[in-house]
Amino acid sequence: MNFDFSDEQKQMRDEARKFLSEQCPPKAVREVLDGKAPYDKALWKGLAEMGFLGVAIPEQFGGAGAGHLELCVIAEEMGRALAPVPFSSTVYLAAEAILIAGSDAQKQKWLPKIAAGEAIGTLALFEGKGNPSPKAIKVTANGGVLNGVKKPVSDGAIADFAVVAARTGSSGRESDISLFIVDLKAGGVEVKSLTNIDLTRGQAEFSFKDAKAEPLGAVGEGWSVITQVLDRAAVLTAFEQVGGADRALEMGRDYALDRIAFGRPIGSFQAVKHMLADMYVSATLARSNCYYGAWALSTNAGELPEAAAAARISATQAFQHCAKNNIQVHGGMGFTWEFDCHMYYRRANAAALGLGSLSYWEDALIDRMRKKNAA
Amino acid sequence: MNFDDTPQEAAFRAEAKAWIAANAPKQYEDELRKASLGRVALKGANILEVAKAWQKKKADAGWACLHWPKEYGGRGSSPIERVIWQQEEGPFGRLSSMFIIGHGMCGPTMMAFAGEEQKRKYLPPLASGEKIWCQLFSEPAGGSDVAGLRTRAEKHGDEWVINGQKIWTSGAHYSDYGILLTRTDPTVPKHKGLTMFFLDMKSPGVEVRPIKQASGASDFNEVYFTDVRIPDSQRLGNVNDGWNVSLTTLMNERMSIGAGVATGFPELFDFCNSLMLEDGPAIENRAVRSKLANWAVKASGLKYTSMRAISALSKGERPGPENSIGKLVAGSMIQDVATYALDLQGAAGALSGIEDAEVAGKFQAMLLRAPGTRVEGGTDEIMRNIIAERVLGLPGDIRVDKDVPFNKIPTKGRA
Repeated sequence: MNFDFSDEQKQMRDEARKFLSEQCPPKAVREVLDGKAPYDKALWKGLAEMGFLGVAIPEQFGGAGAGHLELCVIAEEMGRALAPVPFSSTVYLAAEAILIAGSDAQKQKWLPKIAAGEAIGTLALFEGKGNPSPKAIKVTANGGVLNGVKKPVSDGAIADFAVVAARTGSSGRESDISLFIVDLKAGGVEVKSLTNIDLTRGQAEFSFKDAKAEPLGAVGEGWSVITQVLDRAAVLTAFEQVGGADRALEMGRDYALDRIAFGRPIGSFQAVKHMLADMYVSATLARSNCYYGAWALSTNAGELPEAAAAARISATQAFQHCAKNNIQVHGGMGFTWEFDCHMYYRRANAAALGLGSLSYWEDALIDRMRKKNAA
Repeated sequence: MNFDDTPQEAAFRAEAKAWIAANAPKQYEDELRKASLGRVALKGANILEVAKAWQKKKADAGWACLHWPKEYGGRGSSPIERVIWQQEEGPFGRLSSMFIIGHGMCGPTMMAFAGEEQKRKYLPPLASGEKIWCQLFSEPAGGSDVAGLRTRAEKHGDEWVINGQKIWTSGAHYSDYGILLTRTDPTVPKHKGLTMFFLDMKSPGVEVRPIKQASGASDFNEVYFTDVRIPDSQRLGNVNDGWNVSLTTLMNERMSIGAGVATGFPELFDFCNSLMLEDGPAIENRAVRSKLANWAVKASGLKYTSMRAISALSKGERPGPENSIGKLVAGSMIQDVATYALDLQGAAGALSGIEDAEVAGKFQAMLLRAPGTRVEGGTDEIMRNIIAERVLGLPGDIRVDKDVPFNKIPTKGRA
């Protein structure tokens, strides 16, 4: 049994960590946090040069053709560093949707640009509050144009193109939903930035007014593609969340070792030790669930839907748990703008929602386990 | 990344599987498979006899204590082979529960500290299950703080005379031998005045009294020592070095990675799949699903944490510290799962008779047994300390009795 990443993959993780620790220190994250830039352009360019943006994109489409296990280790490091770049929307959502459903021409058009850092993509799915559901989609597609409003859209304000879920039928079934690619620079889309709890990753609103749209995949198969994309993105995002959780745990541990109160390091008090031990437990359970998700993703196993939901739930819980208790360990200083704790807290809570909230994934997990049980 | 055996592992697995298929006591397979938390009982058969027979059969064919050297009754197997054996032994492994302490703790301690002749005499019958061993460490005054124990050993010529009391001793009532941690010098700080021995449980002056647990069952005992005589040749390690000897014992606690830990989740999931609530099937109820999902990811998290440890063994590496979370997570989870399974039944959840209770009272039994799992073998609090100190590198507790002679340490919290 070899339920672990290979030495080469671990080496790639080390490279990514080194690169990000140099190119994406907390100071760089704060540039975006403080609103000085919408995202870190230099870092985005650097990630392209390192080959990280196209690591799972086949070579024929300009990528490195490595695979999803490699993408998982990079995702973990991106989460650890809180990289303020549109990595998840471009790589886990837009590129995956095109890889799953795109024609050869569409792949040729967009994937090389993604790999080269020349195109930022996203997925426009949500329309106001609520979790992913075909019923919630009201944006219409008629005669090659879209009309309606999507929000929130991750990284929407900086995206060059979007994969958009729209309604092409009215039967009340999943087959009413189809996917489209919209070139956001081609007109017909009004883009508005929205304030959100994670100031290092933007959210936006798209208003489509007869926006030109090109079908992605067959008409009526949009929802099935969305489900696959969300499962794949759930695993990759879970690695980001585990990276963030581990870093928050480390920050709390380090502070507990250094901070003296009542004449001793606060890490010698059991109340603090046990809080940190519980954070380690959450992070470890999440990591193990993520490894299973990575295996399922990389082998395209039938277990992927269940594994993705488990990884998503476990990693969401772990990151939220570690981020909030990291602040608690830090005490008052943890609640200042100056300390980095809040950046992890913000990311943890925003990441918990972006692909559908916990209740959505809990429901999905039980459905999928029942299906397996019945089979 | 894969779940496949290496060719050598596959060959070993096939050999183990074939031998088990040809030799295991299949008539008990179903009962063993259904047994969950707590005691394994077999209808119309003496579990101790069945277990001893299976262990002997394994030993005769070279399948007992696989990781022990051959000359002491083992097979000289690698750690991964031991895990594969446990996976293949499956429900029959539950017959080994009475040997766990002997094989996992007493045996390794004997191997490290007994003389060669003693090892050749005592270890093979321990491996084959012909002799059962227990571990006599905990005392009324020393549970988590085991170094606070008070059982005295005093030297008289070539013998030691033991007086005192042990408690929580699993299996003392059917054990032939035990390893015993005693206080030999109460005038020095507590860790520095302990000495380890092994003894024949049939020695005059040893009295075993079962403890009736909160669950109503009796798995543990009190063991009283009244002028029990142990020859100095049965001392393990140096006089007053018993604490270090005991660390060897505790470090060798059974690695449960092959067998997996019980969480109660599979039972709860099955139960919710069949249970009808007032407004429909439980499994379709939103609140139920949310609870189930949260426990599902804990159960799968533990499972794949074990897989990571097994992978490390397969590569000949030491498993990382992540395996230390198992007992902590599973202990409170099984308690919560059982509580919830009863909650779903309303007032009828309190019924625990096999005829009246759902699933033959399994969840009620689980509930009543669960408090013990959070205490035995290291309380939740001790497990958290271990993770915090050994994994995260946080400072050890400040020990106010560290440099105090044992006989000057206060014995009562309130005067």
